[in-house]
Amino acid sequence: MTTSPDSVLLRAERLGRVVGDKTLVADATFELRKGEVLGLSGPSGAGKSSLLRLLNRLDEPTSGTVYLEGVDYRQLAPRDLRRKVGMVTQRPYLFPGTVEDNLQFGPAQRGEKLSEPVGQLLARVGLPGYGTRNVANLSGGEAQRVSFARTLANSPLILLLDEPTSALDEAAKLEVESVIQQVVRNQSLTCIVVTHDNAQAFRLADRALVLEKGRIVRSGAVREVLHA
Amino acid sequence: MLNFFFHSQISLGLAQAAVAAIAAFVIVLLARRRGIHLGKEIIVAMVRGLVQIVAVGSILLVLLRSPRWTSGFLLAAMILAAGATSARRAKGVPGAFPVSTWAIAFGAGSVIALMTWLGVIDTAITSLVPVGSMLIANAMNTNGLTLNRFRSEVLSHVGEIESALALGADARNSVAPYVQASFEASLIPAIDSLRSLGIVWIPGLMAGMLLSGSRPVYAAVYQFVVLAMIFAASGLTSLVSTWMIRTRVFTPAEQLLLQPGR
Repeated sequence: MTTSPDSVLLRAERLGRVVGDKTLVADATFELRKGEVLGLSGPSGAGKSSLLRLLNRLDEPTSGTVYLEGVDYRQLAPRDLRRKVGMVTQRPYLFPGTVEDNLQFGPAQRGEKLSEPVGQLLARVGLPGYGTRNVANLSGGEAQRVSFARTLANSPLILLLDEPTSALDEAAKLEVESVIQQVVRNQSLTCIVVTHDNAQAFRLADRALVLEKGRIVRSGAVREVLHA
Repeated sequence: MLNFFFHSQISLGLAQAAVAAIAAFVIVLLARRRGIHLGKEIIVAMVRGLVQIVAVGSILLVLLRSPRWTSGFLLAAMILAAGATSARRAKGVPGAFPVSTWAIAFGAGSVIALMTWLGVIDTAITSLVPVGSMLIANAMNTNGLTLNRFRSEVLSHVGEIESALALGADARNSVAPYVQASFEASLIPAIDSLRSLGIVWIPGLMAGMLLSGSRPVYAAVYQFVVLAMIFAASGLTSLVSTWMIRTRVFTPAEQLLLQPGR
């Protein structure tokens, strides 16, 4: 992992979101470097998912901003930003149709085709030959892997993973986590992973931020931060 | 039977209204036994409906002697009221009132204008206002159904919509399946009315024409004409309504505004 300033892909600066009288995220400042996997940890309701939604602008910050490759993300078209900062949600939310239809959805929004063959993309997530399957017939773990592949199909610069295994049973959880770990490590993807499971954070992340009541209370190398 | 007890037309009308209201209250009571509380909404709607129709009847008395151009004002007022009424079916949807009013004005208004120009609707106030009001009322119902369905579809598919946005879809594409579902569902009553015409029901206009001595074939054909106009006005209203509303549930940065609990 490089540490030169040039390698900073994303920088959140005093990022915050207040809805009514409730502070969801306050004063979040951090950087994400190329090839780094950053874990977001903290108790339920700490603001982990809220912070993630601010990073691809699914929600609007009420204070601060985010710089993507040095550019204030408010200057980017939201759909370009979201293509570059891809997101995998807790539940897969696949669109009706086949697995292949889902994989082609992102590139089709820009009038493009998949940059790699469907079979190859599915092989990366351990689902070779699944292209023609109807998504209604997939198990929870398979659906989440398709959701992961669908985000990868957009070739994002940064991947946001919002507790991608929390809605799965134990067996599927290990299966999906292993696929994520393999793909992220093999391709040196830059990721932010939300998890409330410290063991998972150890397995996936290099660095971690701990949130409490919307604020970053600790940050640093994952072992130091999560053992504190 | 009521004719036996009530001899003047006004008292007979009030008695008939009371009997019809009792029938509606029975339904309210039956619904209540099943835990569905419709009472307040039904009572308000019925009292409002009765007062409004009696008021309109009185206004029509005056209007029948007014120049033809006054019907334009009356139809415009009806469109505004229809916009306000159907917007209530889209609680929490931003801009529901202007969207409803524009959609009904364009959907019903353009069909009324075109059909009057072509001579399908007579320009006499006694013809233009009742037929126009039928188109506006049906456009209002269709618009209410469209917005209500759209709201429910969006609220129950927030995950899918945000997933589409997160994959780089624009606001319009992310809600396209729900726009289509709302449009299709809103036209079911108008399609069913056309489909069952004459078999399941003989509409009021045709019954009125028969009672006033029109030839049955002409009354039947004109009733079809009215229902076809209703379908055209409703379809156009729903198209405009869904076209206008689909981006109003998003911020300029394409963030979904309509969320459960917000």
